[in-house]
Parts: sequence; structure tokens; C-alpha cells
Amino acid sequence: MFKLTKKHIIQLSTVMIVLAFVLSRFLHLQNLAVALMLGTTFIAGTPIFKKAWSALRYKIIGIDALVSIAVIGALFIGEYWEAAAVTYLFMLGDYLESRTIDKTRESIKALLDLAPKQSVVIRDGVEMTIPADEVLINDTVIVRSGEKIAVDGTVLKGIASVNQASITGESLPVQKEEGMEVYSGTMLETGYLLIRADKVGEDTTFAKILQLVEDAQDSKAKTQKFMERFARYYTPFVVVLAVVMYFITRDVELALTIIVIACPGALVISTPVSIVAGIGSGAKHGVLFKGGESIEKLGKIKVLAFDKTGTLTQGKPVVTSIASFNGYTEQEVLVIAASGETTSEHPLAKAVIDYAQNQGMDIQQPESTEIIPGQGLRFEFKGKVYYLGNRKLTQTEHIQLSAEAEKSLQTHEEAGETGIILTDDKTVLALIYIADTIRPEAVQLISRLRKSGIKHMVMLTGDNPRTAQAIAKQLHLDDVRSELLPADKANVLKEFKSTYGHVAMVGDGINDAPALASADIGIAMGGVGSDVAMETADVILLSAELRKLDFALGLSRATVQNMSQNIIFALFVAGTLLAGVLVKTVNLSFGMLIHELSVFLVIVNAVRLLKYKETQK
Amino acid sequence: MNKTYQLETISCPSCIKKIEGMLKTLDGVESSEVLFNSSRVKVNFDESTISSALIKAKIHQLGYNVLSEK
Repeated sequence: MFKLTKKHIIQLSTVMIVLAFVLSRFLHLQNLAVALMLGTTFIAGTPIFKKAWSALRYKIIGIDALVSIAVIGALFIGEYWEAAAVTYLFMLGDYLESRTIDKTRESIKALLDLAPKQSVVIRDGVEMTIPADEVLINDTVIVRSGEKIAVDGTVLKGIASVNQASITGESLPVQKEEGMEVYSGTMLETGYLLIRADKVGEDTTFAKILQLVEDAQDSKAKTQKFMERFARYYTPFVVVLAVVMYFITRDVELALTIIVIACPGALVISTPVSIVAGIGSGAKHGVLFKGGESIEKLGKIKVLAFDKTGTLTQGKPVVTSIASFNGYTEQEVLVIAASGETTSEHPLAKAVIDYAQNQGMDIQQPESTEIIPGQGLRFEFKGKVYYLGNRKLTQTEHIQLSAEAEKSLQTHEEAGETGIILTDDKTVLALIYIADTIRPEAVQLISRLRKSGIKHMVMLTGDNPRTAQAIAKQLHLDDVRSELLPADKANVLKEFKSTYGHVAMVGDGINDAPALASADIGIAMGGVGSDVAMETADVILLSAELRKLDFALGLSRATVQNMSQNIIFALFVAGTLLAGVLVKTVNLSFGMLIHELSVFLVIVNAVRLLKYKETQK
Repeated sequence: MNKTYQLETISCPSCIKKIEGMLKTLDGVESSEVLFNSSRVKVNFDESTISSALIKAKIHQLGYNVLSEK
């Protein structure tokens, strides 16, 4: 049997309804016109009636049922034109709406389409192409230029330049060679790689990003929940109103019109479309929102707390200078300190070791080490006991800082450098100064954020007060909290919450996960590859660029604004329509036209969010 | 057992209630959630009472094409 597609139905009924209009209005061929109107109602209405019926079987009165009642009612009272117009408009509106809704989901779909579909693996010496989700852990994967890497893995052989934009948001290709990590979803531009699959399928970072974005769409915002609840009471209320009005006025058409406008289309859809468009727009620019609630909260944030290392600074501390005392040379203290640091995982330890290695020092394992949390470490090297750490450590160990050492430490700290103190069990042997450069865009960003309405900006750091102050001053921050352990950061955030209300925390997502989790909104910067960051943060900036923060804030504000516009518009239309019907200026088909038009406009408004751009200043 | 069905684009919010309401009447379906924005249906059901194929068929009967499941 010939099956009518949606498009056919639309085309056919458009021709019929136009003909019917012309025949009845201008040619006065009423019988023929009525036949065409009935035909339109039948063709456009059948799918609606079918859907209404199937839903009614499960005792659900959907929008289709309401429209069906209105149409049947209109036919019953001989209003054939109204019946045809209502079915036609409803069908056309429904079609246009699903087309535009698809548009709001487009950027998310585009992202999902980036998922690698197939992969070339070598098994038992044979090269074969298999679907990406059939690759096993430890499979050897071959990727050639122009192909997509389908696993998270380690390069076994080959050199290639790989574009990791889908993961890091950084569009400049990166050189990959033996021993380096590669990610699924990234594109090999030139070269050739043999890769050992370490993570496959759903466990890859890229799959997790996709999952996150896909789930984000349906994690409902507060406003959305409210609107749905509202709509749930609104529809029954209007249906009851229609019945009551019928008994008062005995006017069937009035009652039917009320039923037609009872469908709260624009109201229910006003929030989700904005949010989906916002999430999609973010994903396109490497900003992942965990859901509608994250966008809504971020859009209203006035207080921002920043982690220092890796967020406001480059996160790559380097040794700038060394001061040695008690007759030790710089080389001697450096060897001792670097050897002690070999067992530490502290970011500053890496700076000391790197520096020593660059100087060609011979670093050896210490005989024993003991980490003193939040202070430093104690270690034994070549039969002697040493301490390496911050001021707190010298206090606990009762080691007096000489006046000379104290002065040196103060000057460097005031310049924003951090001093590591090396002592034996009695006196200070050396001060090693380390500085982490402030990100070049940080100063500008802070001033731009302030202009855009952020009232209070704070830096949280484990660093000493003087260094912290110096950096905060350079960045023009409002406040700074220093010498904080990760757990302290969470407490400080709690304090801010009670003073200022909502607080967002920006961090690198690796060592400040507790802080990210305890803020109202945790924003992880460049947290790729870190599962902790992906789980605890509410917003994830794929690339470690501060300007993405600006974008994320701007976009969430635009989304919140878009949502409000939609809600206000939808409420206004619903109210006006109801009033119009009651005073009898709005008839059945006109009510349907306005109703469908309002739904359409709400979606079109949301689509605008997809064009939201970063401010490139 | 948990399954997620990807449907073709759902455009009317009342579809949510329709699909959820239908699923509620099926024996063996413990809970279900229609995700409007991503046009997906998450169903938690007892395999010994109802098959995934039947759930799919029921959704299809209601007028929604099931594109994929996972």
C-alpha cells in the first residue's frame, strides 16, 4: 500500500486547505469547499486521532486528545472550516517544531558524531578493520594519517602529529611518539602510529565526555521542574474551565477554543530548549556543563574562588634562585635537596629535581624519608638527617631561622616567590626559591569578570601568606586565603557560602576535588584524563585556558536570560489567549495559530544561543 | 535490568507522559524515565516477566520509532 509520509501529508493538505478557502470565499462553491475541508481534516487529522487513541488506551489525555476533541466538536456543530484549520495548523506546527528542536540539539549531535566508528587492529599478525567498540584492551591498533584514534592508549611505535581538539579544546596538533599517551576521538593528521589499547569503548575519556554531555541535557534545572509542575496543573485547570464555561454560556465553540489553547506547549518547552541549546553551544566550544542546574547556578554566580597553582598560574613552578648558608655551596645544597625530594610527589619537588638535573647534578636516593603532611619532609642522606619544607616545619622542629635567612625569605616572598627551607637538625642550610608564573591572560580576565558582574574574587592557596598576597595584588583580587590544606579549602568555601550565598570554585580538578565538590558550582579547568575532575566538577573546561571561564560564565548568563525571555513570553501568550477566548475575540483556528506560533518562537529564540560567541578581547 | 532506548526526536512534551504512562501499565516494568531533550527512554524492568523486544514493540505501537537500544 502507498504510505503517506509526513511531508506528503503536509503538501497535500496545504493544497486542499488553500483550495477550500478560495472556493468558499471567492467562488462561493460551498459544497465543494466543505468536501475539501472534510478531506483536509481527515488527512491531517488521522495521525493525530491515532496517537490520541493509542494514548487514551493507557488513560492518558495528551495534547492529541485535546485537539481531537476540539476537531470532532467543531465537525459536530458544523464548523468545517474551523475543524480543517485546527488540524492543519496543529500538524504543520508539530512538524516545524520538531525540525527546529532538532536544530537546538544539533551541536550535541555533531559532538556525538565525532565518536570513532571503526579501528584497524593487528591480531595474530593480521591487519583487520573492526568496529571501534570491538577493540579489546592490549590490542595493537594502527592509525594512519587522516584517521581517528579509537582507543586511549600508549604509542608503541611511530611518530605523528595528532589533533586533540575534541579532548583538550586545543586546536594546534601535538607531536606523539613512542611511550606517549594518545586519546580516543583525536585525529591523526600526519604520520603513523602503532598504539597499545589501554582503555577501550565506554572507558575512554572521549566516551565519558560524550556520556556526560548526553546526560546533561536531561538533568533538569530548577526552573524546568517548576514549569513542568505548573503545566501539569494548568492543563486540567483549563479543561475544567472549558466545561464550566460551556455550562454557563452553552457555547460549544467557546468551550472547544479553550480546550485548544489549554495545551501548554510553549510553557513546557520554554526551559528545556534554552538549556539544550546552551549545553550544545558550550560543548561546541569545549565547555561541558553537567546539566541545566549547573548552567542556571553559574549564570547567577557573584562570587568566585580560584585555586592558585595551575589555575591562575601556569602550574609549572621553576627554581629561580638558591641562597646557601653555613659554608655550603649552592651545588651541595641542591644535591641534598633534590635527593630528598625524589620520594615526594609535591609539585614543588618536581621543580627542584628538574632544576638539579638541568644543572647536571648527580641525584641519589636518600636512605629514608618521612613525609610530614602540610609541612614537608624529613630524610636521611649519607648518614645525616635533613628537613626540607616550609616555615611550619622549622617551627615544629624548633630550628631557628637566622636573621639573614629570615630577611632573604621575606624579600622573595614579597615578590611572589615561594621559599623551601633546607635544614639539618640544628640550622638552616639553604633557601630554594621557586616561582610559578602567573598566566598572561589572568589579569585581564579578572578585570573582565569584574566588569561583567562578579562582585568578589578570592584566591585559595596552600602557599605562604606573603607569596599569596603578592600574587593576589598583581591580579587585583579582593581577598586571599593562604596556607590551606585541601580540606581547609572546602571549609573556607563553606564560610563564603554563608557570607555571600552562592560561590563558584575554579580549580584544575586534580588536587582540589574536595573544594570543587563543596562549592555550589565546581569548575574544573583542563581536567581531561582526570576522572575525579569529571565526576566532582559541575562545569568542565576542556582546555586549560582561562578565557574559557569567561565564555562559560557569559554563556550561562545568556542561557538564563534566554530562559526567562521564553517563560515570560509563554506566560504572556497563554494569559492573552485565555483572555481573548473569554471575550470571544479569539476563535478556534486563530487560537491554534497563536498557540503553535508561540511554541515555534520560543524554540527559535533558543536557537539563537547556538550562535553565542566568545569575546575575543 | 536497565535499558536505554533511543527514539526518533520527541517534539511534544506531552509525549513524555504518554510513553511513561504506557510503560507503567506493562507487567515487569519497574520504573521508567523519558528523557525529553535527548529523546531517550530509560527503562528498568524484570527480564523474567517482560522482554526488551516487547517493550520496544509497545513503544513503537504508541507511534514512536525506536532507533537503537543499549
